[in-house]
Amino acid sequence: MYVAVKGGAAAIRAAHELLADVRRGDRDVPQVDLAQIDQQLGGAVDRVMAEASLYDRELAAVAIRQARGDLFEAVFLLRAYRTTLPRLGDSEPLNTGAMQVDRRISATFKDLPGGQVLGATFDYTHRLLDFELDAPDLSATTPVCTAPPPPRVGDLLGADGLIEPNPDDGSTPADITRDPPTYPASRAARLQALSRGDEGFLLALGYSTQRGYGWSHPFAGEIRRGFVDVEFVPEELGFAITIGKVEVTEVDMVNHFSGTEDTPPCFTRGYGLAFGHGERKAMSMALVDRALRAAELGEDVAGPAQDQEFVLSHCDNVEASGFVQHLKLPHYVDFQAELDVLRRLRAERIEEEALKEAAE
Amino acid sequence: MSSGYNFAYLDEPTKRMLRRSLLKAVAIPGYQVPFASREMPLPFGWGTGGIQVTAAILGRDDRLKVIDQGADDTTNAVSIRDFFAKTAGVATTLSTRDATVIQTRHRIPETPLQHGQIMVFQVPIPEPLRWLEPRETETRRMHAFADYGAMHLKLYEDVARYGRITTAYDYPVLVAGRYLMRPSPIPRFDNPKLDASPALMLFGAGREKRIYAVPPYTSVKSLDFEDHPFTIESWDRPCARCGAADSYLDEIITDDRGGRRFVCSDTDHCNQRLDAKEKAA
Repeated sequence: MYVAVKGGAAAIRAAHELLADVRRGDRDVPQVDLAQIDQQLGGAVDRVMAEASLYDRELAAVAIRQARGDLFEAVFLLRAYRTTLPRLGDSEPLNTGAMQVDRRISATFKDLPGGQVLGATFDYTHRLLDFELDAPDLSATTPVCTAPPPPRVGDLLGADGLIEPNPDDGSTPADITRDPPTYPASRAARLQALSRGDEGFLLALGYSTQRGYGWSHPFAGEIRRGFVDVEFVPEELGFAITIGKVEVTEVDMVNHFSGTEDTPPCFTRGYGLAFGHGERKAMSMALVDRALRAAELGEDVAGPAQDQEFVLSHCDNVEASGFVQHLKLPHYVDFQAELDVLRRLRAERIEEEALKEAAE
Repeated sequence: MSSGYNFAYLDEPTKRMLRRSLLKAVAIPGYQVPFASREMPLPFGWGTGGIQVTAAILGRDDRLKVIDQGADDTTNAVSIRDFFAKTAGVATTLSTRDATVIQTRHRIPETPLQHGQIMVFQVPIPEPLRWLEPRETETRRMHAFADYGAMHLKLYEDVARYGRITTAYDYPVLVAGRYLMRPSPIPRFDNPKLDASPALMLFGAGREKRIYAVPPYTSVKSLDFEDHPFTIESWDRPCARCGAADSYLDEIITDDRGGRRFVCSDTDHCNQRLDAKEKAA
């Protein structure tokens, strides 16, 4: 009897047919269409776009349906598509100050210019399962915020010099999809890695900084969410034109800083940005961004969240998921080599013990 | 699949970037060249480094062989072979002798390689010092100074504790007398095949974003001690299928009463020997 894995190709084909069958489920239940996913599972679409770093709601919906709602798998599908797209150039930096906000809150001031705008949020909802949700009463329309863009809290603090300025030396930022990682990584490279990093991983790391693994004393200076214009300068035109809008959540965390010999005490920043309604992600990112600045601000690097190599080389869930799951691949050859070593060691031990017994 | 994507999946600027990295890797044998690894439609850890290297070097006239654990018919080998058959339309082969490019995971074929052939290894962790030092900033410094004492110490500790070196696979080698290199998780049995091989050996680690190479006819020495020389695996019986006594064997459990069979891990080698036997009979 020879039991090698013959017919691998046929088995793979059959497995994929089974997957297609399971994905579709009961044929009597209508298939979800892409608009339904986009409109009614917007949180999933936002997360997939953020971690795939590709802003396209329809493609994200395609990926989510194809992945049967497995969002990691959907991120992977969209990333593998994104990587084949040509890079035409860099957009102008997003001007989030000009954002038409549908949510804007600050935890540092009770009231401030532009006010507190709650917008659509899970905050303050009671997490009680709503059995009536299949027939919601939406007859009353809620007004949306149409006020002019509010000033940034960071700018209000900055006017008094209470917070460090956002440094911009005008240099072209790194592109982590085109440059291999090097350490120490620039803040631009770190922020890119974090903004496509796994939400769960960043959440746990951010959380760890609040529990003593890395010194941190954060305030949510401002959280704002809404659509911003994306501007691009085509070479042949020489001036910026708006090529579309993206919905983003931006978080400016205000952190304590004691100052150094060169700088008087002032607040420091941690920055978070995520596509769509990505508040949990953007807040976590802002905590981790600030933690990763420990070295440049002369703080001890003690917690995992402050350790660049640890955070940046493990935050990407496409990489992590692939490598963890590669353990499913056959390893007979290595295992045979381990068996060989183990058997030799055991044989030697048994021989030694036999000799010892004979001597006694 | 074949429409809408470039030849061998990757766009040409990406392939050029890969080839530049490969040229640097060949110029500095054993040195890990960082490269801007792309997401591939296969998961990281499943051969994306090897796939990117293969995509970068594949031409229309190439004949590609893909093996995993020495076998052409293991599921991941089938999947990668299909990927290139679809995206590049190149000829594929199961024969080591006929292949111009061989992508592999965990083995080097038993059939001796020839000048002009290229082996592409899938590498999970490229850094030989990783388990001794987790930081890239540190390991790069150690390589720069050829500071490999920690690895010798690790091997020595094995000898002190167990009476022998217990690294079973992915056994560290010194390339061209300079750089310490992981040969990828091949068994020790395959390490000697790397030494002065007439074939070009390319190593791709996609998730870790590193490429390295051993050019043809380059010295590759497995680390050892004078009184504890490097040894390879051996079996006290030949292949149960083709009778080969000099090939790496997989152990197959045949029943729940301790029954075992040992057969060649290299399916092409085993089948060629069987065919030859049948012809002779």
